[in-house]
Amino acid sequence: MKKRLLFIFGFLFGLILLSVNDTCVVAQKRQPFTDSVKKPVKFGFGRPATGAEITAWDIDVRPDGKGLPAGQGDVKKGKVIYDTKCAVCHGLNGRQTGAVKLAGGALVGDTLATAKPKTIGNYWPYATTLFDYIRRAMPYNLPGSLTNNEVYSLSAYLLNANKIVGADVVLDAKNLPKVVMPAKKLFIMDDRRGGAEIK
Amino acid sequence: MGKKLKFAPEKKPGHMSRRTLLGGILAAAVLPVDGLFALEKDPVNMPEVINDDPTKTPGPGPSPLGKRSGFENPVRKPSDISSRTPLQDFHSTLTPSDLHFERHHAGIPTIDPLKHELLIHGLVDQPMKFTLAELKRFPSVTRTCFIECAGNFRTGKAEMTPQDILGLTSQSEWTGVLLATIFNEVGIKAEAKWFLAEGADAAVMTRTIPLAKAWDDAMIVYAQNGEAIRPEQGYPIRLLLPGFEGNMNIKWLRRIELSEEPYMTREETSKYTYPVQDKIRMFSFEMDARSIITYPSYPQQITKGYVEIRGLAWSGRGKVTQVEVSTDAGKTWEMAKLQEPVLSKAHTYFRYLWNWNGSPTAILSRVTDETGYLQPTLKQLIEARGPNISGYHMNPVTAWQIREDGFVFFKPEN
Repeated sequence: MKKRLLFIFGFLFGLILLSVNDTCVVAQKRQPFTDSVKKPVKFGFGRPATGAEITAWDIDVRPDGKGLPAGQGDVKKGKVIYDTKCAVCHGLNGRQTGAVKLAGGALVGDTLATAKPKTIGNYWPYATTLFDYIRRAMPYNLPGSLTNNEVYSLSAYLLNANKIVGADVVLDAKNLPKVVMPAKKLFIMDDRRGGAEIK
Repeated sequence: MGKKLKFAPEKKPGHMSRRTLLGGILAAAVLPVDGLFALEKDPVNMPEVINDDPTKTPGPGPSPLGKRSGFENPVRKPSDISSRTPLQDFHSTLTPSDLHFERHHAGIPTIDPLKHELLIHGLVDQPMKFTLAELKRFPSVTRTCFIECAGNFRTGKAEMTPQDILGLTSQSEWTGVLLATIFNEVGIKAEAKWFLAEGADAAVMTRTIPLAKAWDDAMIVYAQNGEAIRPEQGYPIRLLLPGFEGNMNIKWLRRIELSEEPYMTREETSKYTYPVQDKIRMFSFEMDARSIITYPSYPQQITKGYVEIRGLAWSGRGKVTQVEVSTDAGKTWEMAKLQEPVLSKAHTYFRYLWNWNGSPTAILSRVTDETGYLQPTLKQLIEARGPNISGYHMNPVTAWQIREDGFVFFKPEN
């Protein structure tokens, strides 16, 4: 008798387990996942940045001149700075001479579009990029150490060495964006689009 | 008792420390990596004594940090500016974090995660700063995808491994927050079309990225393969732009500025651009589809009979749809099996069983992606772009020459 009862109870218990299990599976399949709360419009993490914090980091310069600081520089001053701080990696007068490859590459060369090596004169489409890059990353061993006037002067020197501006130019925020680079006309935006065509 | 094999010299007390000795041996062992890397041992991880019957002596117990077997020694191949992933040593798509390729422009900065902040400003409703802890509070997302350097092509001699040819691609499982979530938080003005991303390294690396990528699938990631990302991969945070050229995935990310026009930074004008006929193509963001057979490859040797050809295929434009393999130097092509799941913008592993009859031949692979793009040959790329072709965005079919003795050599395309 006891055995039979146990068997019946066991059977019923098994059925319950099965059905519970079943409901779980069904529930998982049918009920889409939901968070306990709706996604807020804003999470409210982070804090407003102050004007001073933005100024401290906002060092970029755009082709239209936005971001260029006050100050000015000329070719003569630029050459002095170049000889002391840049020539060791970029060569005397910015040129590749001899067989040993310059650590920083040549900056001055033939202005012909097909010329090698690629230099500011034949491969840089915007003069503003020169200011931006020198100020943020050069010289390699002391990045960010040059004053704005020094960067203007270096830009003037390098643009003059590449025969893009005259020897008497005084560069500032107004005229640097107006410098037309010889390579500008060569640049095209990406025209690859995937698909069958090899570009 | 069994014979004892010695891999490290006896320690001579008061003479030279074990570390110094092993360091010297390691340097010596690493040098000829080109020749026999598969058999290369790592003396630092190798126990001093190895019994030939491991069932007779208890081994060392648990440890706080795991190591590779001393019998395995996959290593990156570093130059001054980059290091290349040993693709030939992997059996699937994921790159171990310590073997992920590197490319940095002014070294790896050391950044205190408690002090690091991300600034977002420009054409936004509210300029904001986020700490790392705050970024981690946002709903997170995990995604597996590749990152490939845009200048990932070397050729020119037969003695080149997959690592030498295209070792500047790696795959990780990245975790972080969708950039869209953060952009929603600061509010993006309608005029914004681009954003500048800037790193906190000594290059203060900058690239301009189309805003559409932020709404599509861009992320700010803080984890790689489950743990904090490696310093050389941008610790504590980097930008992740699935499928876009590696350089744009700004590491050590500290600033994002929204703008109506591109900034024309040095890296997107005088670098990462390339001659196409008489023009120079810029803003080539997507990495086109590419594949390579990683086994068999130089300097391995195969024997007559069954050889499972294996390799990697990927596309920056979506999923790999098929990989074809040729075992007759490109005359005929057969379909390879793809390892599931095939993920979008991710390394995809392929396999093709081959019965080598012992005759010299060349084996090749070519991938097709979901846009219908078929991986080109070098010849096709030169025809499309002209003779002044540079090393950027080069994804040609790679061929391996099998010699009669079974030795495999890279077969550069002329």
